[in-house]
Amino acid sequence: MAPVVEARGVGLTFQTADGPVHALKDVNLTIAKGDFVSFIGPSGCGKTTFLRAIAALEAPTEGSLTVNGMTPDAARRARAYGYVFQAAGLYPWRTIAGNVKLPLEIMGFSKAEQNARVEKVLELVELTGFGKKFPWQLSGGMQQRASIARALAFDADILLMDEPFGALDEIVRDRLNEELLKLWNNTGKTIGFVTHSIPEAVYLSTKIVVMSPRPGRITDVIESPLPRERPLEIRDTPAFMAIAHRVREGLRAGHSYDV
Amino acid sequence: MKSTGPVLTVLIAILALWYAGAVWMNAQWVRDQAERAGQTVTWQQIVPETMNQSRPVLPAPHQVAVELWKAVVVTPPTSKRSLIYHAWVTLSATLLGFAIGTGAGILLAAGIVHNRAMDMSVMPWAIASQTIPILAVAPMIIVVLNSIGITGLVPKAIISAYLSFFPVVVGMVKGFRSPDAMQLDLLKTYSASRMQAFWKLRLPASMPYLFASLKVGAAAALVGTIVGELPTGAVAGLGARLLSGSYYGQTVQIWAALFVAAALAAGLVVVIGMVQRVTLRRMGMLR
Repeated sequence: MAPVVEARGVGLTFQTADGPVHALKDVNLTIAKGDFVSFIGPSGCGKTTFLRAIAALEAPTEGSLTVNGMTPDAARRARAYGYVFQAAGLYPWRTIAGNVKLPLEIMGFSKAEQNARVEKVLELVELTGFGKKFPWQLSGGMQQRASIARALAFDADILLMDEPFGALDEIVRDRLNEELLKLWNNTGKTIGFVTHSIPEAVYLSTKIVVMSPRPGRITDVIESPLPRERPLEIRDTPAFMAIAHRVREGLRAGHSYDV
Repeated sequence: MKSTGPVLTVLIAILALWYAGAVWMNAQWVRDQAERAGQTVTWQQIVPETMNQSRPVLPAPHQVAVELWKAVVVTPPTSKRSLIYHAWVTLSATLLGFAIGTGAGILLAAGIVHNRAMDMSVMPWAIASQTIPILAVAPMIIVVLNSIGITGLVPKAIISAYLSFFPVVVGMVKGFRSPDAMQLDLLKTYSASRMQAFWKLRLPASMPYLFASLKVGAAAALVGTIVGELPTGAVAGLGARLLSGSYYGQTVQIWAALFVAAALAAGLVVVIGMVQRVTLRRMGMLR
C-alpha cells in the first residue's frame, strides 16, 4: 500500500534576522495508512514544523515530502487532511454547529449535506445536542472536541493534531485521549499527533517519533507493540512502561550534548 | 439605581461652577454700568444683576434652559427660529456624511488590509488629511462644489465625511487584522480564498472595532457638518445659528445651539450603542 506521508531527506531552514535557523534537518519518515503517529520532543525540535510542512503551511527547503503521493500543496487542495490546532480557535460569533460548518461552507457543500455532516461529526465527538450553543458556553475540553469535529467534517483521511490537548487538565486529557482512540478505531483515519507528554504519546500511538532540537531531527522511531484496543489501565503494564522508558532514553540522548 | 447619586453630585457640581463662573464673568459689565452712572455697587447688588443680562459673557444655566425651552418646545419646528428645525438641517447632512465616511472608511480599510501597495500608500495620506485644519478646507470644498452646481446638503455632507472616515479606517484596519495567525492558518488548511477569509473571518471579527470607530466617527461627522455651516454663509443649521449668535452677541442663543449639538452627538452615540448591543448579541459575542 502506498504510504500516506513520505519524507525523504526533508530539511527546512528559516531565514531570520539572526541568521538561518535549521528547524528540520534530514528527516526521513514513512507514515502508512491507518497509523497513529506521535511526534514528541522538547520545544524547538521541529515537531510542529514537520506537521505544518505536511499540511503545506510551511515549505521544506530540502528533500522531498509527499502526502498521498502528491505535493503537500496539492494534497491540501484535494482536502487530504483536517488540522487541529493547540487552541480550539472556534469563532465566537458562530454556534458550535456553525463552527463545524465553516469548512463545509468554504468547500461548497450543499445546505442539506452540511447539516447532515454536522450532525454526524458532533455525534462522533459526543457533542450531540450542543450544536446551538456558543463556544463560550462550553468547557475547554468540549471546545477542543468541537474543533476536532470541525477537522473531521469534510471527511479527510488524515487528521493532523498539534498539541490539541496541551492546554487541558490531566483528567480531561485522559478522557479525550480515550475518545480519540475510539474515534481513530471507528474511522480508520491516519493521525499525526504532536505532543509534549510521554504517556500521551505511548498511550495513543502505533508509531512514536522522538525528535531533538538544534537542528530539529528524528532521533528514534518506535513501532509500538501495544494492541489497537487500549484501556486506560494499559498504562500500568510492563509493555507500556518499557516503551515509555525507551522514549525517555531517546529524549535524553537528543539532549545529552547541550544540557 | 446605584449610579444616580454620583451622577447627580457631578451635575450639581457642574451647575455650581457654572453659576460661579457666570457671576464672576458678568460682574464686570455690572460694575461698568454702575461706574458710568457714577454709583458704586456691592457684591449683594452685583450677583442678581449677573443672572439675567441679555448679552452676558457667560449666560447663567437657567437662561440657557429658558432659551432651549423657547427654541425647542414653544416654537413650532417649521419656524426658522426653532432649534429643532436647525438641528434637523444639521442632522440630515451629518447622517449623509457619516454614511459616506463610514462606507469609504470600510472600503479603504479593506483595501489596505488586502493590498500591499495600498497599505504603504493610503495610510500616510489619510493621516495627512486629518492634519489639515478642516476650517481651512471647508470653504474651498463649498466653493468648488458650488461652481459645479452642487449646493445644499451634499457639500456639508462631504466635509462631514472627510472628518468621519478617518476613525473608521484606523479602527477597521485594526479590526480586519485582529484574527491571529492560527485563525488564518486554519482557513489556509481549507484552501479558502481571500474573499472567503474576508467575509467569514475578518469582517465578523472586526465588528467590535467597527462600533468603537462608528462612535468616534459619528461625533466627528457632526463637528464636520457644523464647521461646514460656519464659514459658508449657511442660512440654516446649528452652525449657522452659532455664527449668527456670535455676530449679534447673542451668547444665550450660542449656548442653546451648543447644547442641542451636544445632545445630537450624544443621541447618535447612544443609537450606535444600541445597534452595537443588538448586533453583538445576535452574533453571540455579548454574554
